[in-house]
Amino acid sequence: MERLRFATVGSVDDGKSTLIGRLLYDSKSIFEDQLEHIEAVSKRRGDDYVDLSLLTDGLRAEREQGITIDVAYRYFATPKRSFIIADCPGHIQYTRNMITGASNVDLAIVLIDARTGVIEQTRRHSLLVSLLGVPHLVICVNKMDLVDYDQTVFDRIREEFEEFASRLDLQDVTFLPISALAGDNVVTRSSSMPWFEGSTLLHHLESVYTASDDNRIDTRFPVQFVIRPQRSDFPDYRGFAGQVAGGVLRVGDDVMVLPSGLTSTITGIDSPLGPVEKAEPGDAVTLLLADDLSITRGDMICRPNNRPRVSQELEAMLCWMDDASPMQQNKIYSIKHTTNTARAKITEVLYRLNISTLHRETDVSQLQMNEIGRVTLHTTAPLMFDDYHQNRSTGCFIIVDESTGQTAGAGMLLSPRT
Amino acid sequence: MAAEFERPVLLFSGGKDSVVMLHLAVRAFAPARIPFPVMHIDTGHNFAEVIEFRDRCVADMDVQLIVGSVQASIDTGRITDVTGPRASRNPLQTVTLLDSIAEYKFDAVFGGARRDEERARAKERVYSHRDSFGQWDPKNQRPELWGIYNSRHRKGEHFRIFPISNWTELDIWSFIAEYNIDLPSIYYAHRRPVFRRDNMWMAVTPFLQPEANETVVEEMVRFRTVGDATCTAAIESVATTVEDIIAETSVARITERGATRADDRMSEAGMEDRKRTGYF
Repeated sequence: MERLRFATVGSVDDGKSTLIGRLLYDSKSIFEDQLEHIEAVSKRRGDDYVDLSLLTDGLRAEREQGITIDVAYRYFATPKRSFIIADCPGHIQYTRNMITGASNVDLAIVLIDARTGVIEQTRRHSLLVSLLGVPHLVICVNKMDLVDYDQTVFDRIREEFEEFASRLDLQDVTFLPISALAGDNVVTRSSSMPWFEGSTLLHHLESVYTASDDNRIDTRFPVQFVIRPQRSDFPDYRGFAGQVAGGVLRVGDDVMVLPSGLTSTITGIDSPLGPVEKAEPGDAVTLLLADDLSITRGDMICRPNNRPRVSQELEAMLCWMDDASPMQQNKIYSIKHTTNTARAKITEVLYRLNISTLHRETDVSQLQMNEIGRVTLHTTAPLMFDDYHQNRSTGCFIIVDESTGQTAGAGMLLSPRT
Repeated sequence: MAAEFERPVLLFSGGKDSVVMLHLAVRAFAPARIPFPVMHIDTGHNFAEVIEFRDRCVADMDVQLIVGSVQASIDTGRITDVTGPRASRNPLQTVTLLDSIAEYKFDAVFGGARRDEERARAKERVYSHRDSFGQWDPKNQRPELWGIYNSRHRKGEHFRIFPISNWTELDIWSFIAEYNIDLPSIYYAHRRPVFRRDNMWMAVTPFLQPEANETVVEEMVRFRTVGDATCTAAIESVATTVEDIIAETSVARITERGATRADDRMSEAGMEDRKRTGYF
């Protein structure tokens, strides 16, 4: 079955938990024992209503403090698609959590309270969705019941958002007027808003076209593991295992291996279900080549006439995630990119991005936790990469603090400014 | 993942999630053998059908099995056995698991845990870092982005790695159907003597006997999860094939652990507490 991963962004005040609860409840995806459990907990705490956020807030500290600490994952399915929800908390450490949750989703839902319209938080969340290259964005104008289901309110918010969003790189934006509490336009169509002719949220999630989101043009295959069976029945087998990061690989294709630049031809593709003729983005396969080349983990297989950039000098948008220590210029970090690990220094902070105003703040040499900046890096070994907006898999990296082991930063590679 | 660690091991109990994990590993490395052993932490109170299946499966797939025995931990005084009519060795596994990890110096332990199973598991990373005491610190987890996993650890620390974190119970069964995977017979409906305890059907085994007021009846049942026989309950079912089970799972109104696991019912944060100290 087709699968859609989506992130929900916002704070409890926007009605996000109610919306998720409504989606799960109306699509009959909440199990009886889960409902009984949260009803019992709500009752014991003396709540007036069943707190649907208890469904996702699994840790004791979250329950005690009534907050969401971490990205929570929920799963549900309809006959058309199965869904993974990455529920990103809106307030506490929102940048770090949102980037984590949104890094590998197909779609993001941003909630706007119909009574307040576009606020600073909406702008910040939408900027992060744009930076992370999430292919589809849904703006849910929620609490329409509290503004008398008034079309002019919805239209005004939509105009406000579009004006601001013209400065961002958003590919596909859909606006929906909903009431999560009353259930309007979430799973069932609203009878209170006959003026709205679009689909319900669930219908949109079931039908949004995602097949063209993968990069199927630029062939990229980062080698994960070299398979050499030490057994007599496969004396000459040498396969290169990995996950297709872009393009389509076929038996008979001419390929080039980077960084060596040596070329060969694909003679076979082994999948978990046996030999296949082709492999597409996301497939985990083992490639067999005609020539006996020296290939190791971290090498990149591509087409001779379509290669990624190969360089030790990188430019990227970097989000800092380490609460223990800020990003320091020229400190040596470990960098992980595709199946490669190297060491890297951040050589310059070109600017820090003010995520509320979109202003570029220069004269900055550090990034604190949750700050985002455009930086240059120098690595100990060449990386084979693409612009993040061309290919999310070969355009992303993480920075690891070598002394603490913490994931300290997350970066998106960009073409150098000219 | 196997490329980034010195001594990985795959936890293999014979339960459906670990069987799926083993098949994924074998197919990922084929035609080479998987470059690590599998390990079962055996409470000594497992269903005979599952132990028999475990041994047959590792022999068929030509992998090395290590058994960490809770009984051996009791015999050597590492832990004290639990007693009483409702005693379960399930929580004792943690000590045996951590001792085995230390003994073999494993630095990566693959497991088949899924986020849809339980509230605390829903918050766990795919690469879950454990300190030198084997402890999980849920409030200080490394953010996990895209498909890049941070495997950096110090000597004596290790990772629990859950590659099928995002699979649901239905995904597991769909995979079992597609790849035609063999499972212990008790996953399919069969007649067996059971008795009612805490609103669940418990199987009569050498390790679990009914109390005086509990009546044994023979029912058509199957197991949705398989663990220690003292805390794993059966459900009433007539599903005797994979297709039947997929149909049954698609319309299930109760979660698999909610329906069958006495160990999760102890408290609201039962699993979180056990995980913090090193449980899987």
